[in-house]
Amino acid sequence: MSFFSRSPWILHYDGSSCNGCDIEVLACLTPLYDVERFGVINTGNPKHADILLVTGSVNERNIEIVRNLYRQMPDPKVVVAVGACACSGGIFARAYNVQGGIDKVIPVDVYVPGCAARPESIIDGVVQGIAALEAKQRMTA
Amino acid sequence: MNPAIYALGFVVFAPVLGGLLAGVDRIVSARMQGRVGPPLLQPFYDVGKLLQKRTRQINPIAEPLLIAHLGYMAATGALLLGGTDLIFTVFVFALAALLLVLAAGSANSPFSFAGAERELVVLLASEPFFILMMVAICKVTGASTFEGVLASSQLVAVQLPGVLLAFLLVATIKLRKSPFDISISHHPHQELVSGLTSDMSGRLLAYVELAHWYESALLCAFMVLLFNWSVPVGVLAFAVAYALEVLVDNATSRIKWQLVLRSTWAATLLLCGGNLLALFVMGR
Repeated sequence: MSFFSRSPWILHYDGSSCNGCDIEVLACLTPLYDVERFGVINTGNPKHADILLVTGSVNERNIEIVRNLYRQMPDPKVVVAVGACACSGGIFARAYNVQGGIDKVIPVDVYVPGCAARPESIIDGVVQGIAALEAKQRMTA
Repeated sequence: MNPAIYALGFVVFAPVLGGLLAGVDRIVSARMQGRVGPPLLQPFYDVGKLLQKRTRQINPIAEPLLIAHLGYMAATGALLLGGTDLIFTVFVFALAALLLVLAAGSANSPFSFAGAERELVVLLASEPFFILMMVAICKVTGASTFEGVLASSQLVAVQLPGVLLAFLLVATIKLRKSPFDISISHHPHQELVSGLTSDMSGRLLAYVELAHWYESALLCAFMVLLFNWSVPVGVLAFAVAYALEVLVDNATSRIKWQLVLRSTWAATLLLCGGNLLALFVMGR
């Protein structure tokens, strides 16, 4: 039996987001959406996390940070890109320092579109991330 | 009944009780914040997942130290219920806590190391109280074992109200509740990442969690010592105390280590010491 679907711990990283998606991510934790119902914890520690939730695009300055956070997470792990910027660079895609979406640096499993992404779609993205997590766990087990 | 059976019972059932307590804690905390909260068995799911997750060993010495931490924490409860001397069990309890500090300190990361240093401060704050509490209990009841205290005709909590109040304060430290959760916390985004457990992943974190369940059950056993009418009364008193701790946890913010040390030592000296002095003056 796999416990990953019942206890997905999340690490939230803000790349170069405008904070719109971050507010929506935090809204998921509030009484209205309350993702802790599904066992989700916002850990803030990559070594405890199962799901890396990234908002905003990658730029020259945070490439190494995103890679480092990803490397520090123990397997199995999943990356969820939240919002248009994390998926493709969004309206900042052609800015001089922006590299593009998160998938330019680390492998992304789930793309959550939206500007800003709605809490419902973020939760849906996490649920799909859990399915990917379970699949990865079965592969490694 | 044979004390060895009580000891074995503690080793087997304490994690179940501790885990359920952690589940109730999370639900009650969530309700206080206007949320529904996770399922009751969530702590068991969490530990199950941690055991299935890949473990990153930062320093190979951490795993034996954490297994010893878990083992000594279980042994403390087993020794207490098995009829060993009360003060001796407190020293084993301190050793168990020290092993966690050593494991966290071995990681060589600034967050983990700062968490280990703060845990040492917290130990320094709480250990004098536990020793004094056991001395007071032995003095009042004339017994030095768990069974002896329960069999005593003296009602400990009535004679030691000061010790009971100080216990409520110190239990906040041991249950890792705010405002005393300076070394480790379940709440995210604190200044130390996850403090002590910052560099523990997978099964290493599961050991810490399991040991904490034993610790919660052990504190329940200490409460039974204070309310030695009968075991159910002690457990009920612990449930009331735990509800208070959850309320305090949700209503206060973390304080600096200096204040942790000062407030706990002041409580130990004034409440415990004052209580013992009063008993001495009254000639008991």
